[in-house]
Amino acid sequence: MTPDVTPGVAAGAAGATAGGGPEPAVPARRNPLRGLVEANVVVVTALAIVSSLLIGGVLIIATSPTVLHALGRIGSSPGRALGVAGSTVGDAYAAMFTGAIVSPSGLGHAITTGHGWTAVLTPISETLVSATPLILAGLGVALGFSTGVFNIGAQGQLIAGALASLYVGFEVHLPIGIHLPLVVLAGAVGGAVAGFVPGYLKARTGAHEVITTIMMNYVFLDLLNELLATQPFQQPGQSNAISRSMPATARLPHLFGAGLRANLGFVVALALVVAAAWFMRRSTSGFAFRVIGSNPKAGRTAGIDVRKVTTAVLVMSGALAGLAGMATLSGTDFFLSSGYGGNIGFDAITVALLGRNRPVGVLLGALLFAALDVGGRNMQAATGIPLDLAFVIQAIIVFFVATPALVREVYRLRETGASLGQVLSKGWGG
Amino acid sequence: MRLELRGVTKRYGPLVANDHVDLTVEPGEIHCLLGENGAGKSTLMNVLFGMARADEGEVRIDGSPVRFADPGEAVAHGIGMVHQHFMLVPVFTVAENVVLGFEPTRALGFLDRRRARADIRLLSEQFGLEVDPDAVVEDVPVGVQQRVEILKALQRDAKLLILDEPTAVLTPQESEALFAIVRSLARAGRSVLFITHKLKEVLAVADRITVMRLGRVVGTTTASESGESELATMMVGRAVELVVRKGPARPGAAVLEISGLTVVDERGLVAVDGVDLEVRAGEILAVAGVQGNGQTELAQAITGLRPAVAGSIRIDGEELAGATPEAAIAAGVANVPEDRQVDGLVLDMAVEDNLVLDIFDRAPFARHGARDLAAVRSNAERKLVDFDIRAPSVLTPVGSLSGGNQQKVVVARELSRPVKLLVASQPTRGLDVGSIEYVHRRIVEERDRGVAVLIISSELDEVLALGDRVAVMYRGKITGVVDPAAGRDRIGLMMAGAAADPVAPAAPPEAGPPDRPETGAADPPEAGPPACPETGA
Ligand SMILES: Nc1ncnc2c1ncn2[C@@H]1O[C@H](COP(=O)(O)OP(=O)(O)OP(=O)(O)O)[C@@H](O)[C@H]1O
Ligand SMILES: [Mg+2]
Repeated sequence: MTPDVTPGVAAGAAGATAGGGPEPAVPARRNPLRGLVEANVVVVTALAIVSSLLIGGVLIIATSPTVLHALGRIGSSPGRALGVAGSTVGDAYAAMFTGAIVSPSGLGHAITTGHGWTAVLTPISETLVSATPLILAGLGVALGFSTGVFNIGAQGQLIAGALASLYVGFEVHLPIGIHLPLVVLAGAVGGAVAGFVPGYLKARTGAHEVITTIMMNYVFLDLLNELLATQPFQQPGQSNAISRSMPATARLPHLFGAGLRANLGFVVALALVVAAAWFMRRSTSGFAFRVIGSNPKAGRTAGIDVRKVTTAVLVMSGALAGLAGMATLSGTDFFLSSGYGGNIGFDAITVALLGRNRPVGVLLGALLFAALDVGGRNMQAATGIPLDLAFVIQAIIVFFVATPALVREVYRLRETGASLGQVLSKGWGG
Repeated sequence: MRLELRGVTKRYGPLVANDHVDLTVEPGEIHCLLGENGAGKSTLMNVLFGMARADEGEVRIDGSPVRFADPGEAVAHGIGMVHQHFMLVPVFTVAENVVLGFEPTRALGFLDRRRARADIRLLSEQFGLEVDPDAVVEDVPVGVQQRVEILKALQRDAKLLILDEPTAVLTPQESEALFAIVRSLARAGRSVLFITHKLKEVLAVADRITVMRLGRVVGTTTASESGESELATMMVGRAVELVVRKGPARPGAAVLEISGLTVVDERGLVAVDGVDLEVRAGEILAVAGVQGNGQTELAQAITGLRPAVAGSIRIDGEELAGATPEAAIAAGVANVPEDRQVDGLVLDMAVEDNLVLDIFDRAPFARHGARDLAAVRSNAERKLVDFDIRAPSVLTPVGSLSGGNQQKVVVARELSRPVKLLVASQPTRGLDVGSIEYVHRRIVEERDRGVAVLIISSELDEVLALGDRVAVMYRGKITGVVDPAAGRDRIGLMMAGAAADPVAPAAPPEAGPPDRPETGAADPPEAGPPACPETGA
């Protein structure tokens, strides 16, 4: 894409009725507004993250007995009190960082000795593993949001995808080269079917997808519980609600050896980020999706079939969520149990908001979310600060990102053009 | 209130929307602001009303400088604004809308409806603004909605009222009523800043006229010192032909054949009532009528946006009644919808994308499901020049273009693909005189290329200028199809319900409702501004 327009063109436009007189030409270069708005999104998001880390710091101080104790004597030894407060917060965030990304000392050791690489890479590998389903389901949710379709059913679609993958996994016996692609495909198809139902209902009867997708979550949650207790899904000889496990030919291969859990699922997710970005920007269907997302009436007038688009978007969104279910199943878990998927389907909504419905934004949002999760666990283990604090920070980030006006107010930023909130609040009336 | 703007400058990036603008409005003055599309009129008003911040310059009220951070402050200083797109709550009553934000309350903060109603009665009597305080806003005609907006401003005691293109959506009668209100406000010592593209209106109401071009003031004059063509020349910087020059039509075979078409509106009421109509290749049929007589629904039925209850719509013999918009487009129908912002544009998408909104998935703009962005861009660059669309770049979101330039985007798109039938509703709404000239010329060119053209317009001038035949629509029926030479008065009367003159050529035999009465029941339209001499072609 070359955003540059030769200045002569618009100058000609301005001069056309004026008879080419010495009119001041309307300058046309790359549209400055768009750049500013975009930059603003990045700035606001970055400030949101910084702010929530600051607030998180305050919370650490306020909940740590040692710090409070030291602060109680701030009158007699102020330096010590502030030092304790600072080091507690610093230790907590350091533990988060080493847990989620890399431990600098471990890295140094590995570089000098050439040993211990697995330990060094474990944090980042874990972050990638956690991020994978968030990226996939987040892409699905974002795709819906940018089309004005509110898919709250990623959780159910994820379960549907996982069930389909599992079935193909244990029921089919083929070499990995054929079997694994089938497992992946089954995940997508399972999720797509789960997305198709609300899509069809909306197109045919106008039933609002927020309601139907939420209801479908319950359907799949209960279906999962039911299937886990019956054949052929239940692990034979088990009385617990545990499924059969995926055979070796149905598992996503590791990326960096058996010691690290990072697997091909992350690569699939990355590929789909690229594919989704291309789809929304460059494909005709993606264009139709975006038109319907911002002005369905104009889209209809221009001959875009709104009902077809709504159904298609829920199918695609469901397929992506289904792949998220597949990725966890055949990447790390290898069997299903009750409550499978945890909160991924709902975190995906947050990730989509965080990424402002852009594929690359979703990727970054998912990585951040996963890092906070994985790092938070290490923080708990290393410093005793509860994992909940990491969740609080996640929540505060989302809070700030969802209220850009607040961030702008706090940091006295000037608004540039289109309001960010619009994107998020559109479509509920549908 | 005496308002002075001095050296007001507003930039949007590299674009200077207002370039050191000076403007003075005296107390009791009706001041018209004229200028091409994108000249910066709305921007200037937004600065004045605290909706945009000026980069330079100052605003003085009665000699003392003021600076408004938001519209609330402007209102507190006695400025009221009626926006081009109304800002009313559709489901609230007139009274509730008027007091919104300044509600008179009783103890415990309950809304004092009785006082609200009484206040509104008083105001509406004082200025002759008739409204029913208890009517729900979405149910009243747009002319009344406009009065509600004006009442809202007056209720906040506006000493200066800004009206941004207030007549673009009004019928001639409603416009005339608005002028009466504006005059009575001025007599009461209030000032009015009035933006319009209709030169006749300017000459009819303005005390003084300021003309802007490319962000600058190019001159100030009075109505008595100038005529329409001087004003047009001042605005555009060249002589403008106010009359369309077109040769006689050479109609070919019928392209659009409508028979017995019945369409209902949202409320299930019959809006189009057994209409028969024919448009042939190479002719322009203009449908005249006061807005709200079924023209909108007729256009929607033809373009597939509204189902037909009965009857048939055929294009080149192919039945299209009940078809989808996709089918209508595929059958070769182009559509300039009545409301550009609702149906015509995706405001937050780029100009270049809006220019291919209905052909984005065809060659040369797409191949095998992938868009060809280079083709989209070069198409847009061409259209910007051809239609003189003033946009900072083809990537600008179309919503930040001026109203008239948004309209040009829609027209440019619809006039740029080969079609059999062009349906255009209010095609020049909000356009300046120079652009109207251009769009009219393009429509005539389409006709001469053999396209069947159906124009729907509530502007009698436009109907008479463009139409080879004029169909008058009244209460859902075509009351007659006449030659434009039948004249303004005759057609005006028909718009108010009079039957067609039987001697008119080309009038279908079934024209005219069985119940003939009603002649003169309503006021004759276009009673107002000086009758225009340029009627007819
Ligand atoms: N929010 C905005 N962002 C960027 N450019 C803008 C914005 N608002 C207006 N402009 C630009 O400023 C110029 C003046 O626009 P403005 O709306 O004031 O024109 P106007 O005189 O009211 O025209 P019209 O008669 O068509 O309504 C236009 O070129 C427009 O594209
Ligand atoms: Mg304007």
